[in-house]
Amino acid sequence: MKSGVIKGFTTAWQGLTLTLKHLFAPKAKRQVQTVAADNYFKKLEEGTNTIQYPKQQLPVPEVGRYQLDVEMDDCIVCDLCAKICPVDCITIESIKATEAIGQTSDGTTKRLYAAKFDIDMAKCMYCGLCTIVCPTECITMTNQYDRTVPLLDMLNYKFSDMSPEEAARHREAFDKQQAERAAAKLAAQQNKGGQA
Amino acid sequence: MNNYLLYFAIAIGLFVFAALFTLFGVYAERKVSAFIQDRLGPTEVGKFGLLQTFADFLKMLQKELIIPAAADKWLFMAAPAIIFVAVYLGFAALPWGPGLVPAHINLGLYYVLAIISVETLGILMAGWGSNNKYSILGAMRSAAQIISYEIPAGFALISVVMIAQSLDLQVISSQQGVTAQETIKFLGFWDVTHIGGILSWNIFRAPHLLIAFVIYFIASLAESNRAPFDIPEAESELVAGFHTEFTGLRFAFVFLAEYSMMFLVSMVAIVVFVGSWNTPLPNVGSVRLADWTTGPGWGIFWIAMKTLLLVAAQMWIRWTLPRFRVDQLMNLCWKVLTPLSFLCMLISGIWRVWLM
Repeated sequence: MKSGVIKGFTTAWQGLTLTLKHLFAPKAKRQVQTVAADNYFKKLEEGTNTIQYPKQQLPVPEVGRYQLDVEMDDCIVCDLCAKICPVDCITIESIKATEAIGQTSDGTTKRLYAAKFDIDMAKCMYCGLCTIVCPTECITMTNQYDRTVPLLDMLNYKFSDMSPEEAARHREAFDKQQAERAAAKLAAQQNKGGQA
Repeated sequence: MNNYLLYFAIAIGLFVFAALFTLFGVYAERKVSAFIQDRLGPTEVGKFGLLQTFADFLKMLQKELIIPAAADKWLFMAAPAIIFVAVYLGFAALPWGPGLVPAHINLGLYYVLAIISVETLGILMAGWGSNNKYSILGAMRSAAQIISYEIPAGFALISVVMIAQSLDLQVISSQQGVTAQETIKFLGFWDVTHIGGILSWNIFRAPHLLIAFVIYFIASLAESNRAPFDIPEAESELVAGFHTEFTGLRFAFVFLAEYSMMFLVSMVAIVVFVGSWNTPLPNVGSVRLADWTTGPGWGIFWIAMKTLLLVAAQMWIRWTLPRFRVDQLMNLCWKVLTPLSFLCMLISGIWRVWLM
């Protein structure tokens, strides 16, 4: 029992001196630097570790693994991202165009309108698969991780700004073109039949 | 009539003191824990976060008082009040300076020990009344722990009482300085009656009283349910123990009781062992440091300083040592502290009979 008591006191005292050292250690505010910095962990020993969050922020890479962003001008509405998404958080509605509607910045021709391009960030699991499959690299993960919304619905980001009227017009134009082509085809067939 | 007004004033004053100490104590605890863990603690509300606990209190005031549907309503509602009042009543008998004591009771120490054990009753009521498994487990542990640790604490105090020959806290206090009516000897051989200061404190009056002080301090940690003896509220296993179900003002009362209890047990330790309201500065020849720094005002200053230091030590220990397991806790109490405190009492008897 005697040695136990002595051991108890000595070990408790060791712990107490350790905490006392920290209690009176320098209280320098933390200098925020990126984790990649050479002396990142060494710096943590020198002062307090608290990051005063809204005032100080840990630097993250510009293409971090946080919220998704879509550059709609570069999107060819191929639907690959929606297909690969494990949690189905991307919803895309495409409308075929009557002709080539432009080019993306990497030179791919755009032939589809995006009537709807929604990403539900409340469902997203931040796996980044969509950014990998994207042929034009228009869907990226950003360094934005702090987003608070008053309504759950507001986490459903809508990237396409096409109005329903505009979508209807495009649909109509495509249907019209299809109808014209079908009519032309029919006429051509009849012409052929007549000649034969 | 005026007497009654004075009584009310003193009671309200003590309550205000307990409330202010709790506000300050919670803030200090958070800062101490933060600094020990290399954090900053509260910084936003007020300068250095000084108003943080006040803001917390305002928030707590606005919270709904929820009574669980299956709870025993009366026990549940009465428990926080009983827990706090038991501790608060303990303050009545504690001396603050020469001739400065809210209630001069000649059984003061006995009264304090008796009244603070009523807290166990309140804790059991809270645990049972909540009708919640965590609460009842916490309350059971708390009752077992407090009752067990009252034995070494009590015997450690008795070993002083046997030397001092009084249960009157003012008599015990005045013996530990230049105000002593009898001969006080440092470790039993050096007459320090007129020197006073730190030399005539009870912990130096006999060598075993220093051990008794350590025993009492450890036991007092357990009695106020503080880490490393906080198994009644063990957050990692019992949510919050007996006060799991309390909300708002009732929760505030439990908190008030916890911090008042910290101050109370520390103050008892100071009064009985560490010179009460006496100055630590001894008379050195013609430099009458002890005489100059003794008086009602100085008394309040010294006792407050010493008690706050001991409270700080309690916090320091809380943020250093890990929690005991139930069996280790009981082991320490019954197999180490209780025999040691019995031994202290025995030596006190021998000391009194043969050496004084």
